[in-house]
Formats: sequence, structure tokens, C-alpha cells
Amino acid sequence: MENLKKTPLNKLHRDLEARMVDFAGWEMPIQYQAGVIEEHIRTRTFAGLFDVSHMGEIWVTGEDAIPFVNFLTTNDVSRLSNGQAQYSILTNENGGAVDDLLVYRFNEKKLLLVVNAATTEKDWDWINSHKASFSVTLENASASFAQIAIQGPKAQEILQKLTENVLSEIGYYHFIEGKVDGFDCIISRTGYTGEDGFEIYIEPERAEQIWKKLLDAGNYGMKEGILPCGLAARNTLRLEAAMSLYGHELSDTITPLEANLSWICKLEKGEFIGREALLKQKQEGVKRKLVGFEMVDKGIARDGFDVYIEGEKKGYVTSASPAPFLKKNIGLAFVPAEFAKVGQDIKIDVRGKLLGAVIVKTPFYKRQKTA
Amino acid sequence: MNIPENLRYSRDHEWLLLDGDIATVGITDYAQKSLGDIVYVELPKIGEKFNAHEPCGSVESVKAISEIFTPITGEVIEINETLNDSPELVNTDPYGKAWMVKLKVQNPDEVNSLLTAAEYKEYLESTT
Repeated sequence: MENLKKTPLNKLHRDLEARMVDFAGWEMPIQYQAGVIEEHIRTRTFAGLFDVSHMGEIWVTGEDAIPFVNFLTTNDVSRLSNGQAQYSILTNENGGAVDDLLVYRFNEKKLLLVVNAATTEKDWDWINSHKASFSVTLENASASFAQIAIQGPKAQEILQKLTENVLSEIGYYHFIEGKVDGFDCIISRTGYTGEDGFEIYIEPERAEQIWKKLLDAGNYGMKEGILPCGLAARNTLRLEAAMSLYGHELSDTITPLEANLSWICKLEKGEFIGREALLKQKQEGVKRKLVGFEMVDKGIARDGFDVYIEGEKKGYVTSASPAPFLKKNIGLAFVPAEFAKVGQDIKIDVRGKLLGAVIVKTPFYKRQKTA
Repeated sequence: MNIPENLRYSRDHEWLLLDGDIATVGITDYAQKSLGDIVYVELPKIGEKFNAHEPCGSVESVKAISEIFTPITGEVIEINETLNDSPELVNTDPYGKAWMVKLKVQNPDEVNSLLTAAEYKEYLESTT
């Protein structure tokens, strides 16, 4: 693990006795002492703390910042107001996903793109290669940001102890440039767990202190306190919320229309890379669709397993796992569009055994919204 | 790491307790720790026969799946049904309540090919 990149919180993870793994070239905590089930459930019932500093950040500044990013992505950047963020897809000419990302609008000449760790270099090259005549300046700022996510029903209450900014005034998918524990940072009401919560972008040198203060403010160590959570819990949480993971539900050869993301494909917004392919796919209808399923037979589906319908191999599992909060075995899979309906019986090839499952509504988990 | 003295061990991280020609088998503390939270245990059927080091079942955690290998040749005479409903026992009591199968052993001398506690400890230290 010597050649792996380390986040500014690496030492703290080791102090917390996390199990570290290689994730996309980064040495990351997969789980801490509590284990994935407790970390997952605590995030749903109280709060969880995640180091997501491996994510990539790219600044796009200049006159054409908005038209440029609008040309690269499927969602409509022109609809963003200052201090607002949107989920979007960076598409190739075939409508496939180069990556999924968040687009943050600071002002009309300044956007921040937050991309996946595994694809940061690829995205950077892709974005640069399409700069052409656009009047923009690009900066790969990934090394100048640490990112900490605090997620769960108590996230706001805990983070509020460390900031004078009024967090209740930050709307969902909105952000502010504020201060946490006296340090400048970006506080964004976003996340990847299906819970309310915040993602905090901060200078790497400040990360350790903020991480520690958040654990303290969340009563880490107490029976019902906050827990640091590893990538394993991050994955099961996002899966229960049926959020896409790049490389699984999305890839260069999977379009956002197939992956149930037509809500972020604004095909009428004007020209963008992949628009024609997506328009064609929409008119003809997608041939395969992403669906959620739940195991009926005892057994656990895993990523990559084959899906059988009416006795024939018809698709494959993109992500699957035991769901710690729902206490079911769930998954996402691609199936032919004609079978993509709730209640459809399917079979999963679990190491040679065809086990019964049923297509269910997604998300599997939806949090109860409180006023 | 808990490695009881009175048990024998396989390099696949199973433990075995021999009593006459009946062997009780489970997975080691090291194995359960490596897997993390166990959520599913699949065991063989009573009457099934296995050669030493053949897969006879599987243990699944949230993140991973691992096969269970019989450390010794024999016939399954009993399985631990409580693991169907309480797979987490594998994490909390791997050498006790989470025993997995009992085998009628073909040749009890075969146990000598398995590691002693000291040898297993050494094996773990050399491979991890």
C-alpha cells in the first residue's frame, strides 16, 4: 500500500483502527472498529462521519464557465443560481457517462465540478480536450481540498455547534462559503447516503482538527454518538437510497437514460456532447433499464451476477448487498425494458443456483422528511 | 487474536475439535475478523460427504463471501441450524456457539496434517 495516495486524515483513520484498503489508488478506510452494519445504522438513526477527500475538484472559471459546462453535461447549468448545486452527467458522444458529478455555481463565472476519485484524471483530460474556443480557465484543485461528509438526522445539530453560519437556511443542494471552527470552507447540503447532511470542503491542513471536533460534537464514543464510517457503509447507504455508483450503474457504455437518470437529462436545453445519441435513444426507447430488486429466496446477490427472466439470461446485477437498515438483500440490475416493471419475478444466478427475486420500487429506502 | 490451544487449524482458517471420530468444525477468530459483519451462513446437508479441503458451505459478510472448507475427510452428521437465524454468532463466538458442522471422520489420524495452535499462530504471522 506504499504507492497509494493518502488523504489528510490518513493518520486519524489509523488511530481509530480503521481497516484500510486500496480504493482507486487511494488508501481509504473500508470500516472502523464498529463495523459496517453499526456504521450504516448509526448514520440512519443519528449521524455518521465520512472522509471523502479522495473526490476530485475542478474549478471552471471565466466568461464561458456556464456555457462550457452546459456543453459538457446533461443537466441544465443555466438553471442554477449562485449557491446552488446540481447532480449531472459528463457524457461522451454516444451518450455514455464519462463520469457523474456535482456542479456548484459560485457565480456566473465560477463553477466547481466535484468528480469521482477513480475518474479525476480521465475527467480532467476529457474536459481539457473540449475547451476549444470557450473562454474558460480550468484548474484541477483536487489536492487543495479535503472533504468531510457528515450525514444523518443529527448532522445539522452537530455541525451547527462548530459554525456561526445558520445551517437551517441552507436548502437541499445548496451551499455557502462559511466557516467551520473558524476556518473558511464550503458547506454544502448534499450527500450520498439518502440522509440529510452536509459535505464540507476545507483546506487539507484543517481537516484533522475539523474531523476531531465533529467527532467530539457528535459524542463519539458514547453509546448513541456519531460514528466514523468507512467506504463499506458509504456503499450500502447509497445502495439503499438507490444512488448510482460510477463503474457500476454508470459507465462509458451506459447512458443516464438507461440508468433512470432522465430527470437530469435536459435534452431541450440546447447543444451538448452526447445530446443526439440521447435524443435518439429517448425516441426509440431504451432497450435496457436499471431496476431495483429484492431477494425472495434466501441468499445474497452480488455485483456482476447474471439475471434470468423466463428461463433465459437477460441481464446482470450492477450492485447488490445485504441492506443493513432494511434488513433485506437488495440490488440494482439491468434488465430488458419490457421486463422493467415493479412486481416482475426474476432469478439471480448466485454461484450456480438460480434464486428468486422480485423487482421493487426504488429507492429502497427513503428518509422521513421532518419539517 | 484468539487461538485456543485445544483446537487444530487449517490454512483456510477453519478450526477443528476432534472427539473420538467426531470432528466439530468452524471458522477462526481471524477469519471472522477479516470478513467483518457476518450476515449469512450456508451449510451442507446432513449425510453429505466431503474430502479434506473441499468446500462444504459459505460465509457471507456485508462486503464479502468466503467458502468454508472441511479440514478433514468425513460425513456431515449435524449442522448448526441456529446460524440460519443468528449468523452474527460467527463474529461474537466463533469457537463456541458458532460451530458449523459435525463430521463423522473417516480417518482420525488425518488430524495430524492440520496445524496446532502454535503453528497456526506462526502461519498467521507469516502471511499477514
